[in-house]
Amino acid sequence: MALRLPRIGTSQIVALVLILAANWLVSPQFFDIRLQDGRLFGSLIDVLNRGAPVALLSLGMVLVIAMRGIDLSVGAIMAICGAIAASLADSHSLPVVLGAALAAGLACGLWNGFLVAVLGIQPIVATLILMVAGRGIAQLITEGRIVTFNSPELAFLGGGSVLGLPTPVVLALSMLALTLIIVRGTALGLMIEATGGNPRASALAGIGTRLITVAVYMWSGLCAALAGIVAAADILGADANNAGLWLELDAILAVVIGGTSLFGGRFSIILAVVGALIIQAMNTGILLSGLPPETNLVVKAVVVLAVLLAQSPKLGGHAAGLGVLFSRKKA
Amino acid sequence: MQTLDPLLPPSPATGHVPLLQVTGFSKAFAGFPALDRVNLNLGHGEIHALLGENGAGKSTLIKTITGVVARDAGQLRLDGVDIAPRSAGEALTAGIATVYQEVNLAPNLSVAQNLFLGRQPTRFGLVREREMRRRAQALLAEFGLSIDVGAPLESYSVAIQHIVAIARAVDQSARVLILDEPTASLDAQEVEVLFAVMRQLKARGIGILFVTHFLDQVYAVCDRITVLRNGRLAGSAPIAELPRIELVKLMLGRELSEATAARPARAPGASGAPVAAFTGYGKTGYVAPFDLDLPAGHVVALAGLLGSGRTETVRLVFGAEKADCGTVRTAGAVAAVGSPREAMRLGFGYCPEERKTEGIVADLSVRENIVLALQAQRGPLRPLSRREQDEIAARFIRLLDIRPPDPSRPIGLLSGGNQQKALLARWLATKPRLLILDEPTRGIDVGAHAEIIKLIRELCDEGMALLVVSSELDEIVTYADEVIVLRDRAHVARLTGSQIDVPAILAAIADTPPGAAATA
Amino acid sequence: MNFKAVLLASALSGALFSVGANAAELTVGFSQIGSESGWRAAETTVSKAEAKKRNVNLKIADAQQKQENQIKAIRSFIAQGVDAIFLAPVVATGWDSVLKEAKEASIPVVLLDRDIDPSGKELYLTAVTSDSVHEGKVAGEWLVKTAAGKPCNVVELQGTVGASVATNRKKGFEDGIAGASNVKIVRSQTGDFTRAKGKEVMESFIKAEGGGKTICAVYAHNDDMMVGAIQAMKEAGLKPGTDILTVSIDAVPDIFKAMAAGEANATVELTPNMAGPAFDAVMAFKAKGTVPPKWIQTESKLYTQADNPMAVYESKKDLGY
Repeated sequence: MALRLPRIGTSQIVALVLILAANWLVSPQFFDIRLQDGRLFGSLIDVLNRGAPVALLSLGMVLVIAMRGIDLSVGAIMAICGAIAASLADSHSLPVVLGAALAAGLACGLWNGFLVAVLGIQPIVATLILMVAGRGIAQLITEGRIVTFNSPELAFLGGGSVLGLPTPVVLALSMLALTLIIVRGTALGLMIEATGGNPRASALAGIGTRLITVAVYMWSGLCAALAGIVAAADILGADANNAGLWLELDAILAVVIGGTSLFGGRFSIILAVVGALIIQAMNTGILLSGLPPETNLVVKAVVVLAVLLAQSPKLGGHAAGLGVLFSRKKA
Repeated sequence: MQTLDPLLPPSPATGHVPLLQVTGFSKAFAGFPALDRVNLNLGHGEIHALLGENGAGKSTLIKTITGVVARDAGQLRLDGVDIAPRSAGEALTAGIATVYQEVNLAPNLSVAQNLFLGRQPTRFGLVREREMRRRAQALLAEFGLSIDVGAPLESYSVAIQHIVAIARAVDQSARVLILDEPTASLDAQEVEVLFAVMRQLKARGIGILFVTHFLDQVYAVCDRITVLRNGRLAGSAPIAELPRIELVKLMLGRELSEATAARPARAPGASGAPVAAFTGYGKTGYVAPFDLDLPAGHVVALAGLLGSGRTETVRLVFGAEKADCGTVRTAGAVAAVGSPREAMRLGFGYCPEERKTEGIVADLSVRENIVLALQAQRGPLRPLSRREQDEIAARFIRLLDIRPPDPSRPIGLLSGGNQQKALLARWLATKPRLLILDEPTRGIDVGAHAEIIKLIRELCDEGMALLVVSSELDEIVTYADEVIVLRDRAHVARLTGSQIDVPAILAAIADTPPGAAATA
Repeated sequence: MNFKAVLLASALSGALFSVGANAAELTVGFSQIGSESGWRAAETTVSKAEAKKRNVNLKIADAQQKQENQIKAIRSFIAQGVDAIFLAPVVATGWDSVLKEAKEASIPVVLLDRDIDPSGKELYLTAVTSDSVHEGKVAGEWLVKTAAGKPCNVVELQGTVGASVATNRKKGFEDGIAGASNVKIVRSQTGDFTRAKGKEVMESFIKAEGGGKTICAVYAHNDDMMVGAIQAMKEAGLKPGTDILTVSIDAVPDIFKAMAAGEANATVELTPNMAGPAFDAVMAFKAKGTVPPKWIQTESKLYTQADNPMAVYESKKDLGY
């Protein structure tokens, strides 16, 4: 896993460094970090903190995509699980709240996995069902309102800090470590790559492709549930209409920026998270820049295009792509 | 070994400037030379066989000629004019067309649409469908083909698809036609149809570079042979000056081992207990119920024409397809084989015929491909350590002589023969009691062929039961202890011991339809 | 289709019954867009209460954001022979034919909350809506008054880019502060009308403006974004409402909680009571034939900490926001 990082991760790391450098140019205090009430405080911390939900989603999404699948429902699962957590927060203890929300995420993943692996529905269609219906379910839970809560324990998961780091960052890092251990510490990673690369050959080699498919969608559901809890804890309330809205697309983009092909096969968990950070670094940079909001999407599109072009083998790969792009602009 | 230019006189067909002249082509991949100063002359109206073992550099040569891969050095002349195409499209514009084994046309479009894709006859921007069909009909008629050009391409046999691809290329004013193993998936009659087309093109003065593994075909249609070995030119000569045994020597760089020679003396019936016994096993509409005993140390071969039920039988045996009747007994006890995983639990292994779609995982390394089945058997929670994986991969790369001996190379970059060896390694690593091989020598070169046959014998001697599907009757005869002949999805004959010889198998296959011996 | 017809028939007979039973003064059909936001839910709740107050029999049809459902509902109201129809149109165009049917049946139509394409002006009695430019202006004027001539750098949390409400509230605020050279907008970014984005954007504003020291006030196009921004200020160690002034629009219950806690300063109400003025207009029209003006503008009331925010919160919290 980590061994591959230097070889294929160069373009992503270069892209992240370039974007951070650009942020520093538009906002000279970008790298300033101070301690505020025992919590690290600064734009760089914001990138990590705000990037945590998409990073969490990308941990599940990267595995799903490696299996030649896609999970469009993660944003809706965030909304469902955030709604459950917020609804229960003031009347139940934290373990119950978390247990219920995470179980709901797993159940959503099981549903997706069932549709894909057992009924053989194409992943994009199968998960579209929950993407559309899920937000409705979340709205049913919140009765269309923003359900607020006061539970300090749950609020801690969004706004608290551990050893100075915001809790969402710590949660995302823990989940990253857990995913790495489960996937790369066992033979699951190999099996996922094999199944994504050639499902028929893998089944004939004795890999339980169906079971792994279901497991991978469940993991994606679990990651989405955690992201939903973090999002709800962050604003001290569940906003069923907006929580996780369109974040599935950011998660897919993070995975793609991380170099995992939408056609399945080889994947990198760490680079998917780097992809999520690239997206958030860009978002934060745009907010700091003071550019008019009408330009947000244009700037985003241009940066994403540049990052993806830099990875294109036809442009010489790696940073060369970015270099080419910039030098042509000047010329 | 060093081949010198004097071996390459100007093409005899014209006596002066050759149609296509390749001079000093070199290409290295990551420092590993795939082509080393290769020369080749193709004359007007010449059918020129390009031969060589897997990894000899045939496909690299073709790709550098068509510009798909950039060459490191060398000169390419078409009718004496330097050309340097940078893509297949540019090569086609220059007059060099390539038709691959897997026809790359659009199978869901009609034959006519495929013929004129991208250059449809139009009027006011609209496609003139009727005009297009008329021209398609006329074009195919030149090749003696009269089919409904409005039907989708995929509704026709591979042979016709090839002819459509060739017709499209020739109609785009190609003067050089490269045919990359076009006959690999054709039956005898289809090959004849294709040859007729090739001869016709030859008469028109088109030069054909013909890549194949079938030596019979080389002697049937070709004028000249060029042999590559290890990326270098091993030799080139007119067909009349190169007898078969010399050709094989050129290809292998050594005398052919006794592998494909006569059947060795084997103790008949020196077999152990049955590894598996199938009784009344079958599936409706798939394969008629059959009895099959697979004793340890025995090779049971399945012979028959394509579609006779050979592959279907082994898929049932391995659980890739579920049987709907019959029983399996292993070690005397009733067992179930409802899935590949269950089959593996019983100690079965299966190398499928479709190497690319059902065998290799192209993106993964040779090492990962080799350990895949063993790891699946152990389950995800007991991963093989990297060291164990390396050891297993290294052992089998050495044992089976997989080349290049680089376990971290993506298996998709290996030649067909080496992929096949890696797949064998995948199953040998699981130490199977029954190994099922479906066409283990298809589409691979003579050398790997011999090695795999030798391996089959060795495995058998070690007490493994083998179930082999093969169209190569000569080979079957050398290693099989028992031959089961299939016809029309049923097991129709069983030959053992001294009954096994090619005429007997042919007779059994051809029981009703005559003339099936063409491929033998 | 048959099933739907049966449903319609039974709804029809049920409706006739209820009119007789209640002996209500008026029967009004209300085609509501749906319940996509808390404000929308509150509007529905308040409409029911206002109807009850006036002894009006109100039938509400939830269109679930579909114009097609709204047209069906209006046809069914016409078939039932209601006295008036209220319509909160989901889109601005495509109403001509169904509103003509209502006109031919002599049933007056009142638009609530949103206007329709001008071509249909003669097809409805009146439109009861809020003026979102005016809302922004009220917010801006409050800030000018509160800043009292001292220099004041404002950061603005815009609604969704391109949404007319966002454009109008931005314009209105700019109009409101136009006369005061001491008040100026230094940063403006979209928070998509959501708490989460409001918080994230405010975080970056704080970083970009020297830890928030150079920010004098925050203006948010809706209260939800402001609730998020308040959290961001608190987490940055700032005191919203004291260190930084806040003014936003909508007057949802949660902002009153913040005002009660001294963390928010002002909000401009987008009243959920559109139905009240509409009922009055219809009743006057029916009784005396008084033709109301084509546009009834609802009040954009300003609430501050001085308006007993806790009491307002209590009165609003059960409206369905």
